[in-house]
Amino acid sequence: MRYLPLTADDRAEMLGVIGVADIDALFVDTPASARLAGPVGLPRHQGELEVERELARLAARNRPAGAGPSFCGAGAYRHHVPASVDHIIQRSEFLTSYTPYQPEIAQGTLQVLFEFQTQVAALTGMDVANASMYDGSTACAEAVMMAARVTRRAKAVLSGGLHPHYAQTTHTLAQVAGVQTVRLAAKVDAEAEVIAAIDGETACVVVQTPNIFGQVTDVTAIAEAAHAAGALLIVVTTEAVSYGLLKSPGEMGADIAVAEGQSIGNGLNFGGPYVGLFAVRDRFVRQMPGRLCGETVDAEGKRGFVLTLSTREQHIRRDKATSNICTNSGLCALAFTIHMSLLGEAGLRQLALINHAKARRLKAALEGVEGVQVLTTRFFNELAVRLPMDAAEAVEIMAGNDILAGVPYSRLDPQAGLDDVLLLAVTETTQDGDIDLLARVLPKMLAGKKGIA
Amino acid sequence: MTMQTIGRPTRPDTAAAPAADTAARGLMQSEPLIFELGGWSKTGVDLPDVGAGAADDLGDLVRAAPIGLPGLSEPETLRHYVRLSQKNHAIDLALYPLGSCTMKHNPRLNEKVARLPGFADIHPLQPQSSVQGAIELMDRLAHWLKTLTGMPAVALSPKAGAHGELCGLLAIRAAHEARGDVRSRVLVPTSAHGTNPATAAFAGYTVQEIAQTPDGRVDLADLEAKLGPDVAAIMVTNPNTCGLFERDVVEIARLTHAAGAYFYCDGANFNAIVGKVRPGDLGIDAMHINLHKTFSTPHGGGGPGAGPVVLSAALAPFAPEPWVVHDQNGYRLVEGREGPAAQASGRLCAFHGQMGMFVRAYAYMLSHGSDGLRQVAEDAVLNANYIKARLSDLMSAPFPDGPCMHEALFDDSWLEGTGVTTLDFAKAMIDEGFHPMTMYFPLVVRGAMLIEPTETESKAELDRFCDTLRGLARQALSARNDPEALQRFKAAPVAAPLRRLDETQAARKPRLKWTPPAAPLPLAAE
Repeated sequence: MRYLPLTADDRAEMLGVIGVADIDALFVDTPASARLAGPVGLPRHQGELEVERELARLAARNRPAGAGPSFCGAGAYRHHVPASVDHIIQRSEFLTSYTPYQPEIAQGTLQVLFEFQTQVAALTGMDVANASMYDGSTACAEAVMMAARVTRRAKAVLSGGLHPHYAQTTHTLAQVAGVQTVRLAAKVDAEAEVIAAIDGETACVVVQTPNIFGQVTDVTAIAEAAHAAGALLIVVTTEAVSYGLLKSPGEMGADIAVAEGQSIGNGLNFGGPYVGLFAVRDRFVRQMPGRLCGETVDAEGKRGFVLTLSTREQHIRRDKATSNICTNSGLCALAFTIHMSLLGEAGLRQLALINHAKARRLKAALEGVEGVQVLTTRFFNELAVRLPMDAAEAVEIMAGNDILAGVPYSRLDPQAGLDDVLLLAVTETTQDGDIDLLARVLPKMLAGKKGIA
Repeated sequence: MTMQTIGRPTRPDTAAAPAADTAARGLMQSEPLIFELGGWSKTGVDLPDVGAGAADDLGDLVRAAPIGLPGLSEPETLRHYVRLSQKNHAIDLALYPLGSCTMKHNPRLNEKVARLPGFADIHPLQPQSSVQGAIELMDRLAHWLKTLTGMPAVALSPKAGAHGELCGLLAIRAAHEARGDVRSRVLVPTSAHGTNPATAAFAGYTVQEIAQTPDGRVDLADLEAKLGPDVAAIMVTNPNTCGLFERDVVEIARLTHAAGAYFYCDGANFNAIVGKVRPGDLGIDAMHINLHKTFSTPHGGGGPGAGPVVLSAALAPFAPEPWVVHDQNGYRLVEGREGPAAQASGRLCAFHGQMGMFVRAYAYMLSHGSDGLRQVAEDAVLNANYIKARLSDLMSAPFPDGPCMHEALFDDSWLEGTGVTTLDFAKAMIDEGFHPMTMYFPLVVRGAMLIEPTETESKAELDRFCDTLRGLARQALSARNDPEALQRFKAAPVAAPLRRLDETQAARKPRLKWTPPAAPLPLAAE
């Protein structure tokens, strides 16, 4: 077995040093009735070649998004990641290290986290960011729990523009903590309606921009309304590249900004692992979940970094902790930081402009298709459209033509009655020809000419 | 042609070395933050122009102020992050004996296959007909996890161990609620990982601790006394955080079930028993499996992990969505509460879980096979007991009788009177090229030192480690009447990239991001 260095002679010698006759003597504490006599009924070990062949067989049964036109977004976006990002994150010192509990020999990871926190705080326009969460959806749920702690209130108003998976994840966590979630009706301009739902019991309002329908909203007025009622404003973003162009949550008065950071540095990976961004105003630092890296000095006065404010965390505070989170998303945060460092502000802004320009092209193309109604009016790189047919069925037919035409809204939120709504996203990886092809095939499909591209 | 050596000295000069002029030391570079290096208009990507007015439709939705982010060219980026990487310890450099963390070798085949476009470049919401291989892989991974644990169901979506704990407790809560049984307490042993009580509190329960026996196990009498009709679950790590197997696990399960509660097992230490004992045969109702521990997906400096949860038949209907089902039409993800998932306990995250980790873990399982996984547990336990045997004459083990499982626990009673603390001893290990063991955990043992070597260490590396620790232990013991020896421990580490860091200052005056010097930032170039 290529991963196991001990030889039979080693094992015999070591058992001798321990002073036992055989390996079973080390398992005496396990119940005799439950001890397995031999390997369980699964295949025996295989060589690298055989394993790679099997994994390649499974991979070949999937259609990569990059193998042809793809318009899938809705919380996960296919961007170009520079080759150097993947090279660096595969370095042994980053890939095979643990959480930086011994700061003297983990300054690499710690300095990266400090850079990550600084970048995230700048992008979101907030004072402080943590060292990452599992993903955007769990960051959103944790933000609501945090708002309930801060305000000592137990009601969260969720915009109908919030990604349905985020709303569901938040609801799962909130219900066991006794926090009521009020989710407003799903619609393109949903953010405009949350103000009416704020009352004196509201702990927080959760809005998303760009929202699940791609709609961009200036939420400044919502922040004012929330604050007037003593509630916090949580602003969610699922497309982090939009930070390069749009007003930041901080500029609009957010108290907590959370986001999915996958778009920067990380691939689609069928939904995970991703990296959750979590940033707050200074006064809430000690109520934050998750790890924080801070600057300090060593015994010789040299600058260094450590994990800090850990009295919020489970390994110190146990059942009084601000969250149960332990592992975060370190390597994905590293990828984010490297890609962000390569882009710089100038590159990020340019990237965002390209994404937006592609979306304008997509909008123009879709508006030319008879029967298709573009619903989104202010957008970044994603649009919701109404089809004259069931969107899930349309996506299946288009997939048969090797076009991944987007995400049917009903897949995320089957009960909303929006079965004819299709979500389409573009990025810099979308070629103009892809958009042209979509605009050519869509009318034929709608006219019932299935299978002709 | 021979090399011209005239004028080129070939023996080292014996003169004492002066201090270097810069902060660098040999190959160890002093590296500023990117904010001190990068240019405010610089970028390491080449992107096409989009022309003026590309965002004129957005009006005042556009950011007004600059973000304040520097950029670097590609060569500068590589150099910056490679220099930083060299300030990290890693498994690929030396033994990484963090107890409870399972720092084992990460096979590179797993990295390679996870990057196949068929896994890395598929969108989570593509039509399911276009990702049949991915769903099949999830189904196969589930089959291996169920078979190895002897449990009938598994929820794949939890993103880490603590997230898995939450998944398990939510299923338990849902199962109780489904029969109108309202329960408020969760029992947790004093030796538990901090995540256990934190999760129980997060899931809306009050937490009560169970005492430990002098031999490091759950106190059955205390458990029995604290069980009652309001107890929803017990959360027990097995093997436990002292590195010991809970001998009475079957009785713990019986008592728990008799009280109408469920048995949640923290499976962080499943690597010690994989292929040897199945949790399903021990009466366990739910257990998370850290794929980043037992199944070797890389820790990556603190994640991402993955924490699938195996469930008993009683809890299976209450698993969170999504579910994988397989029938004559192929593989399908059930994403809402329908069909078999009608009673699902709720979504735990967007999409379907840590697919990138599933691919790596499945490749690891196929490579080892049923025989290799059994060998993994045996070698992990053998290595830990070997370390315990080689160090026990110098260092004190709080539970010396009988074998340990995959980790060897020592306390600090052997250091009494030396002035050397567990922390000092750990920091001195750094100067010898080793990462310290887990310190001061579990909390039930004073000055705990928890050593987990894992199965991927050779005997030669184990011996080098034991020899080093024996040497350090002798020096620590000599510190009783040797101030110089004591000083070596108090000063350690001296050979690391940095000396000991001031954590008190970090917490008292938190500096959590870089802030620009007084002068304002220049605007980024348009």
